[in-house]
Amino acid sequence: MSPLLIAANEENPLVPPIPELVIGLLAFVIVFGFLAKKLLPNINKVLEERREAIEGGIEKAEAAQTEAQSVLEQYKAQLAEARHEAARLRQEAQEQGAALIAEMRAEGQRQREEIVAAGHAQIEADRKAASSALRQDVGKLATDLAGKLVGESLEDHARQSRVIDRFLDELEEKAEAGR
Amino acid sequence: MSADPTQVLAFETDCHLFDGCGFAEVSPGLHSFLFQPLWGDGDSNLYFNKTMLLALLGSVIVIGFFWAAFRRPQVVPGKLQMVAEAGYDFIRRGVVYETIGKKEGEKYVPLVVSLFFFVWMMNLWSIVPIAQFPVTGIISYPLVLALIVYVVWVSLTFKRQGFVGFWKNVTGYDKSLGAVLPLSMTIELFSNLLIRPFTHAVRLFANMFAGHTLLLLFTIASWYMLNSWGIAYAGVSFVMVIVMTAFELFIQALQAYVFVLLTCTYIQGALAEHH
Repeated sequence: MSPLLIAANEENPLVPPIPELVIGLLAFVIVFGFLAKKLLPNINKVLEERREAIEGGIEKAEAAQTEAQSVLEQYKAQLAEARHEAARLRQEAQEQGAALIAEMRAEGQRQREEIVAAGHAQIEADRKAASSALRQDVGKLATDLAGKLVGESLEDHARQSRVIDRFLDELEEKAEAGR
Repeated sequence: MSADPTQVLAFETDCHLFDGCGFAEVSPGLHSFLFQPLWGDGDSNLYFNKTMLLALLGSVIVIGFFWAAFRRPQVVPGKLQMVAEAGYDFIRRGVVYETIGKKEGEKYVPLVVSLFFFVWMMNLWSIVPIAQFPVTGIISYPLVLALIVYVVWVSLTFKRQGFVGFWKNVTGYDKSLGAVLPLSMTIELFSNLLIRPFTHAVRLFANMFAGHTLLLLFTIASWYMLNSWGIAYAGVSFVMVIVMTAFELFIQALQAYVFVLLTCTYIQGALAEHH
C-alpha cells in the first residue's frame, strides 16, 4: 500500500477522523473539568492553608521576637532611669555634703570669731584691770618711795592732787607718740 | 500483504527469516495506526475504536489519580498527595510562572496542568502492556488539544490587544524593519495564525508516531528474526526494544512538557504589550 494510495483511501495519518476529534475533545474536557472545578481549587486551598500555617509560625516567632525586643528596651530604659536616679542621688548627696561642709565651716568661722572676740575682750578687760592695778601700785610705790626720800608721807596729798595720775598719763602719751 | 493487517498481530503469524517469508509481510506501517471499530461502523462516523477507549480510559486514570490525591487534601500531605503536589507544582511554578508570570499566569494553571497530565497519560499508553499504543500518535487527539490552545490564544490576543493590536501582534508589526516589513508581516501572519496550531499538534503527533513505529519495528523484527541463525540478530533487536522503551518513556514526558511549554509561550505572547 503506497502512501499515495493511503491518501486516496482517506487513511492519511494527518487527516483527523471526526469521531476521534470528538472523543479527544470529550476526554480532555472531562479531565479539565474535574481538575479546574474541583481538584485544583481543593489543593490550592490546602497549599494556601499550609502557606498560612508556615507564615503563622513565622509570625508567631516574629511576635515573640518583637516582644523580647520591647522587654529588652523596657529593661534598658529602666536601667538607664535607675542609673540616672543614682547619679541624681549622688549629685544631691554631694551638694548636700558640700552645703553641710560650707555650713559647718561658716559655723566654725563664726565660733572662732566669737572665741577670738571673747578672748580680745577678756584680754582688754585684763589689761585694763592690770593697767589700773598697776597704776595704783606704781603710784603707791612712787609716793612711798618719794615719802621715804622726803621723810614724810605724801600719800594723801599725792592722792588728792592726782599728780601721779597725770605723770603716768604723760608717760603713756610719750610712749604712744614714740611708737 | 495479508488481507487485513490491522487485525493480525505479527506474533500470530509464522512469518520468520529464512522461511521464505519477506519482512514486508509483517513490517509496521501506516496500517499499524488504523484500528477496526470495536463498536459501530467504520464507514460512518458512528464508531468506537481502541484509541477512543484508551483516550477515555486515560482521562479516567488522570482524574482518578488526582481524585485520590486531591479529593481531601491535607495540610500535612500523605505520600500520594505529595507526589501529585510535586507534579502540580512542577507545572505551575516551572512552566506557567516561569513563562507567563505569577500574576497573569494563575488563571491558566488549570488549563496547562490538565493539558500536561492528559498528554502525558495519552503518551504513556505507548508502553503500557496490552494497550501499547500512544493515543497522541493519532493526529485527532493532539489536533484537538492544539485547537483548544489556539482558540484560547486567539481570543486572548483579541481581548488584550484589540482589533488593530491583534493584527499587529500576529504579524509582528515593527516599523524599524522598513522595507522588509511587508515580507516579514506575511511570513509572521502565516507562521502565527495558520501554521502554529498545525505545528503545535504535529510536533507531538509525529514524535509519538515515530516512537511507536520504532518500537513496533524492533519488536516485530525480534519475532521475525527468531529463526535458526537469525536468533543473534533477534537478540540485538530485542535489546533495542528495551532501550527504545526507556527512551520512549523519556520522550513521552518531554513531549508533554514541550506541548505545555509552547502553550504558555503562546499565551505569554498574547499578553505581551508589543514585540
